This record gives sequence, C-alpha cells and structure tokens, in this order.
Amino acid sequence: LKKQKKNRSAFCLRGSQISITPHNSLSVPQAAPVAVFKLTQDFNNDQFPNKVNLGVGAYRTDEGQPWVLPVVKKVEKIIVHDDRLNHEYLPILGLPEFRSSASKIVLGDNSPAILENRVGAVQCLGGTGALKIGAEFLRRFYNGSNNTKTPIYVSAPTWENHNAVFSSAGFEDVRPYRYWDAEKRGLDLAGFLGDLESCPEHSVFVLHACAHNPTGTDPTQEQWKQIAEVMMRRKLFAFFDSAYQGFASGSLEKDAWAVRYFVSSGFEMFCAQSFSKNFGLYNERVGNLTVVARDADNLKRVLSQMEKVVRITWSNPPSQGARIVTITLTSPELFSEWQENVKTMANRVLLMRSQLKAKLQALGTPGTWDHITDQIGMFSFTGLNPKQVEYLVKEKHIYLMASGRINMCGLTTKNIDYVAESIHEAVTKVQ
Amino acid sequence: MALLKSSKVIYCLGNISPSLGVLSTRNSSWWGGVQMGPPDPILGVTEAFKKDTNPKKMNLGVGAYRDDQGKPFVLSCVRKAEAIIAAKQLDKEYLPIGGLAEFSKACAQLALGPENEVLKSSRSVTVQTISGTGSLRIGANFLARFHPGPHDVYLPKPSWGNHTPIFRDAGMQLKAYRYYEPSTCGFDFKGALDDISKIPEQSIILLHACAHNPTGVDPRPEQWKEIADIVKKRNLLVFFDMAYQGFASGDIDRDAWAVRHFIENGHNIVLSQSFAKNMGLYGERVGGFTVVCKDAEEAKRVESQLKILIRPIYSNPPVNGARIAATILNTPELRSLWLEEVHGMANRIIKMREQLVAGLKKNGSSHNWQHVIDQIGMFCFTGLKPEQVERLTKEFSVYMTKDGRISMAGVTSGNVGYLADAIHAVTK
Repeated sequence: LKKQKKNRSAFCLRGSQISITPHNSLSVPQAAPVAVFKLTQDFNNDQFPNKVNLGVGAYRTDEGQPWVLPVVKKVEKIIVHDDRLNHEYLPILGLPEFRSSASKIVLGDNSPAILENRVGAVQCLGGTGALKIGAEFLRRFYNGSNNTKTPIYVSAPTWENHNAVFSSAGFEDVRPYRYWDAEKRGLDLAGFLGDLESCPEHSVFVLHACAHNPTGTDPTQEQWKQIAEVMMRRKLFAFFDSAYQGFASGSLEKDAWAVRYFVSSGFEMFCAQSFSKNFGLYNERVGNLTVVARDADNLKRVLSQMEKVVRITWSNPPSQGARIVTITLTSPELFSEWQENVKTMANRVLLMRSQLKAKLQALGTPGTWDHITDQIGMFSFTGLNPKQVEYLVKEKHIYLMASGRINMCGLTTKNIDYVAESIHEAVTKVQ
Repeated sequence: MALLKSSKVIYCLGNISPSLGVLSTRNSSWWGGVQMGPPDPILGVTEAFKKDTNPKKMNLGVGAYRDDQGKPFVLSCVRKAEAIIAAKQLDKEYLPIGGLAEFSKACAQLALGPENEVLKSSRSVTVQTISGTGSLRIGANFLARFHPGPHDVYLPKPSWGNHTPIFRDAGMQLKAYRYYEPSTCGFDFKGALDDISKIPEQSIILLHACAHNPTGVDPRPEQWKEIADIVKKRNLLVFFDMAYQGFASGDIDRDAWAVRHFIENGHNIVLSQSFAKNMGLYGERVGGFTVVCKDAEEAKRVESQLKILIRPIYSNPPVNGARIAATILNTPELRSLWLEEVHGMANRIIKMREQLVAGLKKNGSSHNWQHVIDQIGMFCFTGLKPEQVERLTKEFSVYMTKDGRISMAGVTSGNVGYLADAIHAVTK
C-alpha cells in the first residue's frame, strides 16, 4: 500500500510524453487473484469426472448442489407478491427491524444489554461489510482519534480477508495471536493467553464466535472464560466475527455462548454477524454489526458516527436480503422452520465428519483423525502439508486450500470414499 | 514484567492520547470522547420530514421519484423482471467480486452504446458496485492508489454533497471549478473554461454527465465540446458521474452524449453509473464503475486491482438489483418498456416544472423563475437563500436541502399549488 512516490513523478513526465491520458501502463500492476476464488476457477476448468471441490465456504447438499433454504423460498414468494413493498432507500443504518432482530439472534431475546437499551446495530453488506464498518469506526474513534498504530490481533491462522479489512481501514499494525497448534492439532491456549497477557493494552482482538475459520477449533467454555478474564483485566477490545451461528452445532444458543458470555461480563464490544451461511443468502450480502455499549448515550453517539462512515462507503444497504431475514425472524412459524433448515445443514456436516474419520481409521491412515470430529463448523484443518495438498489437487483432482483446510460441505456420500482413499494415498506417499 | 511493560505503554500512549485518562475506571466507556455526528444533510431531511405531523408536508429533499399521487413508483418493467427471475429459481451463490457479468456488460453498453469501439476492443473494465456511492468510492480508492498525477479532484461548484467526503476519505484533495452562476441560475460557461484551463496537468476533473446535481444546469453539446478540448489540453483525467441517464431528457442516448463524446475525443475516462433513479432500484443498490483503458491488457490489470479494492469492503456485491437491471436491459420487450417508463418519469417532472412556474406567476411573483423550466433532471436549484429555506420548512413543512435544492420528483399536481404559494410567501 506504500505510495510509490518515486514512480509517480517519473510517470507524470512519461504520461505527458507518451499518451494523452495519465494512465500509464506501468502504473497498474496485475494483482494476484484471491486464492480461494482461484481454486474454484481451477476446479471449474478441470475436466476430470470425479473431481471434488473442498475449497470455498458455501454449503452443498448431498448431491453436491447449492441449497436455497426452503424457508427462504417461501419468504421470497411472500415478498414478490406483496404489492405494498417497493424499492425505496433503506435508512443509512439499514432496516430497523432487521437490525434489532438480528442482534437478538446473537445476544438472545432477553439479553440484559438489550433490555438496558445499550445494544444497537448497523445493517451491513455481509459479514465482511460489518467488519469493515466496525474497523473504520475503530480507526477513527477507539482510543483517541487516530488509531492507525493501534495493534489489531487476528488469530494465526484466520480468514484470509481479516487482514485486508483492517489494513485497508487504515490500521498499520495487524498482528497474529497464537491460536492453532499444528503439532497437537488443537487450540494453543497457552500461546493465546500468553499473547493476551503480553500485548499492548487496548489492543483490538478479532475473535471467532464459533466454528473458527479455517481450523474449526473453538475454545471450550472454560477456555473462553479464561480469555475473557485476561481481556477484561488488560483492557483489550473484543471484536467478534460471527459467521456461522447455528451452523456449527445446529443450536443458535450454543453457538452464541461466547458472545453472550462476554456481554454478561460487561464488555463493550462489536459483533460482526453474517447471514450468508446460516440463511444461505450468500449473494444478497446480509450482515449486521451489533454494537454493545456502556449505555444508551454512548450507543447513540457511536451509531451516529457509524452512519457517517456508511454514507461515504455505500450510502445505505441493500434491502432484499434484510427483508428475507426479518420476515423469517419475526414470524414464529418461519423462525422455527428456519431453525430446522439450519439443523439440516449442521447435521449433514456432522455426518460427513464422522464418516470421514471412520473411513480414514478403517483405512489405517497414519496419524490420528479425532480432530475431524472434534472440529466444528464448515471447515476442517486436516493437518495435510502443502506437498500433500498439492498431490491431492494435481493427482487426485481434489481441490482444497494450501493450508490443508477442507470444506466439509464439499463431501457427499458419493465422493467420501474417493476423498478418504485419496487422503490416505497423500499421507502415505507424500511426506 | 508484564506490569512494567504495560505501565510504560500507558505512559507513552497517555502522551499521545489524553482521553486514555478516561479509561482508568471500569464503568467508563470506550466511546466517552465520541461526539454526536450531525444528521446527513440530504438523507437527514427525510428523517426530519418523517417526524413532521403537518398533513400538507412535502418532502423535496432526497432525489427519489414519486408518481403524481406522491407515492414511490415501482416500474412495471421491474415487476416483470422480478417475476421472470422468481420463476428461474436461481441459487444464492456468491457473485464474483466484480459482480454479475451480464449486468456489468449491459451497464457498460448502456453508457457507451453497444457499438462503441471501446467495448468492441475490450479495452474497458466495468465492475458492479453498490449503486452510485459505492461506485464513486471504489473509483476514489482506485485513484488514490494508482493515479500517477496529482491527487486533486476538481468538483464543479456546487456538486452533490457526498462527493467531497467520499473523495476526502479516500485520501484525495478536493478543489473546485466554477460551474453555477447564481445571477442567472444557469451555467457559468466562461468561468468553467477559465478555471479548467488553469488546472494543473494530470489532475482529476469530475463532471456530471447529465442532470447536474444539485443545480439541474447542464452544458449544451457545443459547450461540452469546448470543455472536452480544454480538458484534453490540460491532460486531465476525467471522472464522469452519471446518476440520471434517461432522467435528464427522457432519452438515454441523449443523456449519455457527453460521456460518449469525451471517449470519441480520446479521453480514457472513468465512469460511475447508478440505476437507483432511472430504474427506481434505490434500495437494491445497483451501480457500475468503469475504467476505459488504453488496451485490453491494461483493462485486465485494472480489473484485478479493482477486485483487490472491493474485497476488503464487502467481498462481492448483492445480486438482486443487478439481476433485475440485467434482465431489463437484456430482454427486448422489457428494455422498450423501461425506456417508455423513464421517458414518462422525465415528462412528469418537466410538467411539474411548468406548473410550478405557472403557479408562481399566478401568485404575482415578481421574480424570474425561468430557470425552474430550463434546469434539467430531478432537481431544481431554486435560488432560495438559507433563511428562506428555513422558513419554508418551519412555516410550511416543505423539506429541502439548505442549498435551496428541491427534488421536483416530490412535486405532484396535487401539491404544486401549495408549493407555489409557499415559495411566493418567502420570496415576495
């Protein structure tokens, strides 16, 4: 992101000599494609009949197809037939009923913070958009007025876009906190707590609410309590990223436990919510930035400033997805139906996990495979090394991230044998 | 050891940030020092309007079209497109970062004309954006990162209120060129040429393609030609903002004339488009950002960088509105219907302009209101002063922006008389 000052002055001269326009072919380099999308592109171009896509994080049915939730289909019909609905601008902060019902989903209907009128929200474009608005706000207001140097801690590893969201919001110091223990294939709690103890006070920590991406490894409730204790004592800011509520365990309450615990512990915090996965509304860009503040007055001022950030980013958010979610969440029948749809997805993932582990064990694949069922959510950090991953991609036409992350949703009863056998091959043949 | 370290950090940070002292008590808030932000000057008008209980109230603030009953207008072509889309039972998979390809293609064709050499040689890139604002923001971010010339953006005086904060937040500097002449309520052509001729080379100039917001004052084609020439002489990068294609004259090709002329004239422009107004898709957030490059290879490089800019903001754009727009543009009967409906909206506004002036004349106003008829598009720059605007709001519940801009789209045959009375009352 460094401004290429040297180049710029050279190009000014060159620009006027070479062409009419200031665009100089040297000044815009080709950017590398985003890895996860490149993976899907390669998969799409592959002609191998038994190819498997275990890359990008979207749910698939056992037929390997995208799944529009039945409740979503129902609600879309309601919307298209409702003549009272139009396409007018939403308020800058979004559809009010969406914001409040979405916040209730993560905090619980009877959250004391909600009852105390100190919870607000901003409807955003997906989880990414919610992170973005939160990040932009923090950079302007968190600890004084210029937080470009405030450290932002993201887990090692984390969703690859976390880094870019915070650095593009102006944070110059985005650092990893220890999280994944590759050797024991689990949470590096000591490392995590160590980083919490030694980081600069007032640092911001991006926490995965559940179903950690990419490792699928979440702290236990006891571990979360320890994390919260250190964060409260050292005045660290909790910025939750909740992209899989309901998807992880099948239970909305269970998956929101950590967020709710932090709220009850008295934190002021942000929670970026995505409805891409749990509603299957990926391309409608439905997200919510829930803000928990000390009191209503602080909340009001925070929202007013977030409004200004929104206005210069996208003015106001898209209405379709928010409508679908709102109608669903505010109707008891539809809400129940939605919960069933979410359980369907979560259960299929759990089934694939247990079957994959069972098959690897039956094959006698070297190593332990408990982590496949210990891990939670859409992803599994298999522990495969880059060479083994390359083998799978090139030789077996099984597409997964270089990190060894697989999307469990890419597994089906029809391809699971092939995948298990291929993993077995990779592990035994490639070191 | 940790305690020592942290107290050192507090000391250091304390010197930088006095508000840290506030954080020492557990019950204090992180946000104690956050000031209340002012209401948005444009969207805030609607908020205030909603709270007003006067039955005669009029919302002439935000540029959202209303039918002659004062109701939001959902275009028939939109409803038809929605029905077609619903029947297809499509999935909800993520769009690519750059958006729905059929939309981006149609969006570019609408602006440039399908036979445009730029499109035939693939030397432009168009990405789907979050309506016009999102497009301007991506454009501003792109220029901030890659523009090799001065990072000064020249806006017409006045311009849409949100232009300045968008470019500023992206790290650009804002400057201005003369545009609106208050004494005539028209175009200050001489002043514009004069100012533009002095803009340092390779700076960025933002031009409203048609239906200038807020003034409604557009250059005539001969004037556009002279502007294009002088802009070329100064070697400026042209950033067109086209939010009202179809709305200005009722004819989409006529409204895109300036954009197409500049391209023909050799300018590799950047362009923001919005479908909020001309398709009534406000809340669906449909827009496009186009960069015209020197060749297809450069266009590919630019596209890759636009994706890098988009991803950390919202990953990929919303599908619904783009699908509606693409369906309309790519289905001949719907496209024809759309063109008719846009024409209809533009005509209703023109009629309201005429009726407003007639009403003012009837009231015996001594002022010259010709500009109300001459101005183009959704907005009218009345020429009213802030005190008069305030009186209109307080005494008559007529809501508009402080600069005297009214959205003619909010005027109906039912309330144009009331408006004429109110304006006359505060100007006589």
